[in-house]
Amino acid sequence: MTWVLANLEQIWRLTLDHVALSVPPIILGFLIAVPLGWLAHRYRPSRGIVLTVSGLLYTIPGIALFLSLPVVLGTRILDPINVIVGMTIYAVALLARTAADAFDAVSNDVRQSSVAVGYGPIRRFFVVELPLAGPVLLSGLRVVSASTVSLVSIGSLIGVSSLGYFFLNGLNRRFPTEILTGIVGVIVIAVVFDLFLVLIGRVLLPWARDARPSARRGRRAVA
Amino acid sequence: MFTNRRKRLTIGLLAAGAALTLAACSSSDPITGGGGGGDEAGSDDPRTIAVGSAGFAESEIIAEIYAQALEANDYTVERTMQIGQRDAYVAALEDGSIDLVPDYTGNLLQFYDDQSEAVTSDEVYTALGEALPEGYEVLDQAEAEDKDSYNVTKEFADQYGLTSLADLVTVEGPLIIGGNPELAERPYGPIGLQEIYGVSPSNVQFEPISDSGGPLTVQALLDGTVNIANIYTTTPAIADNDLVTLEDPENMILPQNVVPLIASDAATDEVAEILNSVSAELTTEDLIELNGRNQGDEKASPGALATDWLAEKDLFQ
Amino acid sequence: MNSLLGALAWLTDPVNWSGSRGIPVRLLEHLGITGIAVLVAALIAVSLGLYIGHTGRLSFLVVSTTGALRALPTLGLLVLFALWLGIGLGPVIIVLVVLAIPPLLAGAYAGVESVDRSTIDAARAMGMTEWQILTRVEIPLGLPIIVGGLRSAVLQVVATATIAAYLPIGGLGRYIFDYLTLRRFEPVFAGAILVTLLALVLEGVFALLQRLAVPRGVRILQGSSAARGGIGRAERIQLAAGSLDGDAPPGPPGDRPDPVPAAPTSSHPTQ
Repeated sequence: MTWVLANLEQIWRLTLDHVALSVPPIILGFLIAVPLGWLAHRYRPSRGIVLTVSGLLYTIPGIALFLSLPVVLGTRILDPINVIVGMTIYAVALLARTAADAFDAVSNDVRQSSVAVGYGPIRRFFVVELPLAGPVLLSGLRVVSASTVSLVSIGSLIGVSSLGYFFLNGLNRRFPTEILTGIVGVIVIAVVFDLFLVLIGRVLLPWARDARPSARRGRRAVA
Repeated sequence: MFTNRRKRLTIGLLAAGAALTLAACSSSDPITGGGGGGDEAGSDDPRTIAVGSAGFAESEIIAEIYAQALEANDYTVERTMQIGQRDAYVAALEDGSIDLVPDYTGNLLQFYDDQSEAVTSDEVYTALGEALPEGYEVLDQAEAEDKDSYNVTKEFADQYGLTSLADLVTVEGPLIIGGNPELAERPYGPIGLQEIYGVSPSNVQFEPISDSGGPLTVQALLDGTVNIANIYTTTPAIADNDLVTLEDPENMILPQNVVPLIASDAATDEVAEILNSVSAELTTEDLIELNGRNQGDEKASPGALATDWLAEKDLFQ
Repeated sequence: MNSLLGALAWLTDPVNWSGSRGIPVRLLEHLGITGIAVLVAALIAVSLGLYIGHTGRLSFLVVSTTGALRALPTLGLLVLFALWLGIGLGPVIIVLVVLAIPPLLAGAYAGVESVDRSTIDAARAMGMTEWQILTRVEIPLGLPIIVGGLRSAVLQVVATATIAAYLPIGGLGRYIFDYLTLRRFEPVFAGAILVTLLALVLEGVFALLQRLAVPRGVRILQGSSAARGGIGRAERIQLAAGSLDGDAPPGPPGDRPDPVPAAPTSSHPTQ
């Protein structure tokens, strides 16, 4: 504990680094995965490609991915961009499938009704499909957020600063307190992000809350 | 597979697009951006120095001393600590991610020239100056030294009567060497034991342990996973665990004085003078003490240790 | 790109296919580590999940623990346990078990939970004991979802078992970690490619298993009543727990015919 108090400044700095590395992949991942998921949902032939590719991307071991990005992108090897891009790829891999399933789950009746009242494709997407897919997208996003925050720490293996520094340095110094501090820090960030996402969900998708309890053992659609 | 991967990467690239565009806008100066090459180090501002360190605690402490010494002289310092092993931080130096990193003379020399005949500390330092590629240089070396060393447990040493690497030929059964993965290819690694000390190649195994001779390596030695371990001489764990450091009569492991490795662009006379005055004061005893405070009960941070050391030596106060 | 070509050359070099560090040995080690970890995790998580699903007790545990476990950084846990237990298989297995629990727990729970209430009531009315209801009704009917959880767990563990090499147990990760510090990318990428291929093969095997897990009666029934759309509670719980698998449906399995690998959801490769 004394160590924690004596090193608050460094803990805070690395926490900020960690947050800065985690936020862009979550947002970018969402922005990229939603159209991909919609594409997979809308056009059958593209579904196989999108889902296979995203499934494959996800199994590339992280370190190998981080290492290969400077070669592919022409970035410097210590550039945090490598970690951000790598994490974005994982986020897309995770979310694209969820997004496709989320759009699949939007009831066809609702979709057809919106066509009947004269909604064009774009309006239908933003006003009907996206909000109805929202709760499932949100739960997918929560998973992405937690796994991104926890994964960013491996960036420290290639010299990109994050709370993962405490893992390697703590090991180096045989100092469990330091490692635990890093782990707790990661969990705290993940929890804060999660609460934030839940809050966004409450604000943007107020109807989603009511759907939960009533659906016990039922087969009702989410919305 | 290859083309598939390429496709996948293309999609990854799309993913990266936005992030990259942002990054390109913020990090590359439009005026100098056309230059390319490896010399756009850290920043174009000569009063900003990007300091890095190797992936172990001692290197970070020394790097922190360099950093604070520069800051005391009104330089702006960007820190990138614990980058990894030599192959990684040299690459970082080459691509301009860092300007300055503490290194060790012998291993750095062998990294660039594994045929060198240099033996003494001064010979190694001179040879190193010649071996370094264009664009980098080393400043004055410190008296402080931290070498790779081969260590065995007391029992193992007694069993085979080991005091020196030359005795290893007498060891029956497999000689399992524990050390950082890159040791496998270094001239002072298993290759050196075979070529210089005549250990039979069929008798040598290598277990890479990625913690730079840290606690995992020590533990592997103590629990018998390996029976000889590469650990740096200033590591407190050698004395703490009563390990026997084998002598190196053939000088397979070269002298390893601490030396600042710096991009020539960043090595102005003033910077050189500052770092040389640090090196003039840094001793092996200092390193042992600093490592002890860092790894022992005190768990002092590299920053605090650097501040204390500079104050103790009355540098730039 | 040169390193990728190099990786292919490395992969096809016969030298790398023999000896104690050869690809077949590393592959078996990798599978062994994965197998042990998933087995241990399944003993814990599946039994717990079945219990929770059957009794309805402690169901808050599923969502809360799976969320919290997912945020645990694998690298941090690994070095922590390595420090406490020393290098060896122990820390690696612990970390991988922690990783495998969320999808297994969520799968087992959601599988049982997905069984229609009236089916269970009917079983009870016929005089089945609770144990019989669990083993003869809930598990068989929920099996596709339970296997779906297993599939997610296996894929995550296969990808993450690369970190075993850090300690330095065997496995395909050795090609990554042993050459990482040397920045020799051919074996590093070759290792990554092998892990990806292994994951793909396992993915295919499990997709097949999942299909076979659907009881025959259910398959016949669904042939007639299949209707698109609608995500049930069970599937949403899987989603929240991050183990959604496209063809692990509370809705009809025949409904989504794409024989496509599911994203091995959540947490992850080679920390």
